[in-house]
This record gives sequence, structure tokens and C-alpha cells, in this order.
Amino acid sequence: MDKQNILLISFGQFENDFLEDIATEVEKEYTYPVRIQNGHIDLSEYYDPMRRQYDGNGILKEVDSINSGDVIKKVGLFRVDLCIPILTYIFGQAAFKGSTGIASLYRLRNEQYGMKKDEALLLHRFSKVVIHELGHTFGLIHCHHPICVMRSSTYVEDIDQKSTEPCLNCQKIIGLD
Amino acid sequence: MTSNISILIVDDEESVRDSLYNWFIDDGYQVDCAENAKQALSMLESKNFNIILADIKMPGMDGLEMHRRIKSLNKESIVIIMTAFASVTTAVQALKDGAYDYITKPFDPDDLSHLIRNAASQITLKAENEVLRNKVVSLENVEDIVGSSEAMIKVLKEVERVAQSNSPVIITGESGTGKELIARAIHSNSPRKFFPLVSVHCGALPESLLESELFGHEKGAFTGAMFNRKGRFEMADGGSIFLDEIATISPKMQVELLRVLETKTFVRVGGNKEITSDFRIICATNRDLKKMLSNGTFREDLYYRLNVVNIDIPPLRERIDDIRMLVDYFIKKYCISMSRNIIPINAAALNRLEKYDFPGNVRELENMIERAIVIGNEKEIRLKDLPYEKDVVGNSVESLNDLEKKYIIRVLDKYDWNISRSAKVLKVDRVTLYNKIKKYDLKSSK
Repeated sequence: MDKQNILLISFGQFENDFLEDIATEVEKEYTYPVRIQNGHIDLSEYYDPMRRQYDGNGILKEVDSINSGDVIKKVGLFRVDLCIPILTYIFGQAAFKGSTGIASLYRLRNEQYGMKKDEALLLHRFSKVVIHELGHTFGLIHCHHPICVMRSSTYVEDIDQKSTEPCLNCQKIIGLD
Repeated sequence: MTSNISILIVDDEESVRDSLYNWFIDDGYQVDCAENAKQALSMLESKNFNIILADIKMPGMDGLEMHRRIKSLNKESIVIIMTAFASVTTAVQALKDGAYDYITKPFDPDDLSHLIRNAASQITLKAENEVLRNKVVSLENVEDIVGSSEAMIKVLKEVERVAQSNSPVIITGESGTGKELIARAIHSNSPRKFFPLVSVHCGALPESLLESELFGHEKGAFTGAMFNRKGRFEMADGGSIFLDEIATISPKMQVELLRVLETKTFVRVGGNKEITSDFRIICATNRDLKKMLSNGTFREDLYYRLNVVNIDIPPLRERIDDIRMLVDYFIKKYCISMSRNIIPINAAALNRLEKYDFPGNVRELENMIERAIVIGNEKEIRLKDLPYEKDVVGNSVESLNDLEKKYIIRVLDKYDWNISRSAKVLKVDRVTLYNKIKKYDLKSSK
């Protein structure tokens, strides 16, 4: 088995336990060892005052340019509201068959929707988004299987419906079966 | 799951193109990008895209103008107009010009997914519809017309050739050879296939009724005409009309038919309003129309008006190779309709069928098979299940010479005393046949 790592880079204030739990979920699905490290980006460069959101495309490019040594894939973790020009918001983004993805928990928080804070739920949602974006970097496209992690999610409720793992077909595609 | 739907993104902003590209790639679509209208139109010349997503505001040609040009190249293309600035005027204009939809950036991710999914569904449904349509046509063309002999392949090729035109067709052939099936095949492969094929058996109706049948009648035109009634020519508007046994129509009807063919107008019986109908005419006969021309029983001008294309269907005895296929076809047809297991035919029975003359052609064969299945042992078709084993020979008191004489006269009459053809069917040489004619002092009855 390849000894390369998947790297999770934290670009915000995250609890260590929270990050480790995310890492555990990712490792469970992709079987690669997962490392965590802190990162720094001047996010003000990517802020769009008109939309009051941060440009996901630009951030993805910057994370991709970070020299991360011998890793197979990396995912930047954020707390800010991400968007791309064509969409009102995104949960995350990745380069298809590339090496980098980004994910934000901003719109995964219950408080965003006027509901009671739920850290456990937030952890589950964020894990799924990270695993989903990594799936794109491994070459998976959106899947129609109802509970596959690669199913496209527009709203948080969609994320709650799916599991953390790719379906059998998706696993086959990337050699995880 | 990868899709075979292709999308072209046309937008001058790279970030928009990249975002849409990544979004659609993640959904499994095939995606290409163009940075302006000119580039997009150039790409469309060499490649077909199912969906075009175009920004309105672009340097040079704008999205609306590009959309109009795309529609003039391909009316079926799905164009979705995007803009950052919502404007009712441009939205209405885009939709009036035939745009599939109009969306404002930034889009709700769900809205974009739904929009593309619906467009993709429409494309898939159209393609499926086309496939199904062609299947219906090919069923009409292949399933019911059974035969792979050279003679039948020639007939089917002629059907294929003539179907696309509007030319009148006369189908000739002995009774029971399938003339109506050929007429149906011509119609169902023609551009008129979505309109009716109206059939009229001219030989089955007396002249007065035939006139009313073909042209319709007004209420009160004759005793019993309680209502206005459309005629067959009127019903065939846009489609085809099939006149079977055309040789049986009276001289008066021939004149009327000629006028209708020339002018495509007619008046209902008892009426005075001229009616126009656009139809294609297909006729059939088992008689020799040329002979009827020469003895004055069929109008020459009508003959040449109808006989633009002639398809002659050979009798079954001239395509022995097809008998096996036809037998299998009818066995399957009747076993299924009688909810029975499909049974075979034994070698002796098949051999007998292949040697038989079939004066009634395919219809006679079909009747034999149906009868054999009904009265047989439900395991196989045997020689004794076939009717002609108990023919005249079994119960006759006539001599061999009498039987031979009768049979020779029958064959000679059938082929209008064409010695070569008759000799071929009788499987003797011409000299032998001439000797038989002399021996029995046979004379033509016509």
C-alpha cells in the first residue's frame, strides 16, 4: 500500500479533537494515513464585499500552491462562507482528479439556520463534505446513489441524508473495493 | 455516472467558465468552454452540443444574437441564457427567441442542477421518442412481410425506393400474395406515415356504394343517407389511399377517379361543395391491366396516371425458399394466439408444402397452417394435417387423362396461355406442352 498521506490543513480556529475526528473518518474511508497541519492564508485577498463571501476558486488555487511534501491529496479546512461566481454558495470545492480540495463548515452549522447548536452533527456534516471533495480529487463524479457520500448536496439536509462512505460502485471506480 | 449529454459554456469571464466547467464535470457531463460568441459558433460548426449555456453580456456578439444564430443552425439545440443583471426585457426577448430558460448569476446550486437535469431529460426523451418511432416503422416493414428469397428482397428494395416519393403505385400479383401488406409497408415508410392509410376494396362494393364510399355523401343524397358522411378520399387527406381490386371499377368510376387524381378535388354525392384532399394513391390488382387496356375495359389515361411505379409480387410457387420461413411465422402466430406451445412441422409435411402449387399463395398457406394447428395433435404438423392430401384424387372417378387435361387448362388460363411460363410451372418442356395441347385439343377460353 502507498505510504503517502492525505493532508488536512486547518485555516481557521478548529479544536484539535474536532480535527482528529475528521481525520479518523477520512482515514476510515480512503485507507490512507491522514496528517493534520495548520496553515495561513490572507483571506482578505479573496473577500468579495458585494457578496460578503470568499472566492472559492481563488482560495483553492492558493491551497493547491502550498508545498506540502510527499502527500497524495490535501484539503484546506475553513470556517468562512465560500462562494464561486456562478453559485450563491458552496460547501466545498475540489479539482477533479487533482490533488487539492477545500471545505468550509460555515453553512453546515445549525446556528446558520436559526437552529440549536449541535457539535456532533456539525462533525458528521463536515466529515462528509471533506470526504466528498476528496472523492472528486480521486476522480469520482457526483453519484445518484441515495446515500453515497458522492451524491450532490445543495442543502445541509441533503448532507444529513447521505452516509460518510462512497457506494460500492464509487469504491470500485477508485479501487477501494 | 458519466452522461452522454454535452454542454458548451460561453462566457467571457474565465472564473465563470472554470466554475461551471468544474461543476458540470463533477456531475459527469461532457463540457467545453468558449470565451466569446464567435469561438462558440466556430465550435458548433464542427461539434454538436446538447446544451449551450451562454452569458448575455459578452464583447462583440452578445448572447442573444448568438442564440438566434445557434437556433438558425439547429432548431433543436437547448440554449440557456445567463446574466448577472436581471432584466425583464431581455428575459422576455430570450424566451421569445426560443431560449430554453433564462437564469441570473449567481444561481442557487439546486436551481442550476434542476435546470440542467430537466434539459438533459428533455434531450433523452426526444432521442428515445425517435428510436421508438423508427421501431414502429421497421416493425411494419419487416415483421409482417416474411421472405428472404431474391424475389422478395427485390420487392422490399422497391418498396424502400418508392416509399419516399409521392408517386402513384400499382401493386400486381396473384390473389393471396400480400398486396395489401406491401401497400402498408409503402405507407409506413413514407413521410405520410403519421397520417392515415385508408383502404377500399373496390371489388366488394357495387358502383353506387363505391361512389359514396370514395367521395362521401351529403345528408339526403339517397335513400338511407341520414347524415353527411366523409368519403375515403377525404379521410386520406395527408396520408395514403389504397384501392384494392382497381381493375373491377366501372368505366364511369374510372372517369371520376381520373378526375380526382388529376385535380385532387371532388364533390360528395349529392353535394356541390368542392373538397380538396392531399393523398398518395396505391392500387392493387391481380388482373392483367395491359390486356384490359387492349380490349378497352380499362382506360388508358387512367392506367398511365396510376402506373407510375409498378411493384409485382411473385406467386409463392416462384419463391419456394420462403415457404419454410412463412410456415415458421404462421406456426408461431397461431400457436401464440391459441395459447399453445410452438410446435414444429415434420419433414414430410414441409417437403409436401414445398412441392405444392399454392394457387391461393400465402393466404392459402396461412389457412393450411392455422387449420393444421387446430385439428392436429398439438405436438407437430404432420402430412395428414394438411388438406390437399385428401384432394380430388382420393374421391374422384375421373381418369388420369381427364385430371391431366383439367390441370393443364387451369395452368394455361392462369398464365394467359403463355407457353413458356406454363411449361415452367408444369415442369415440362415447351414441346411436351404443345403436344399435350394438341392431344387434348385444348383451346383458350378468352
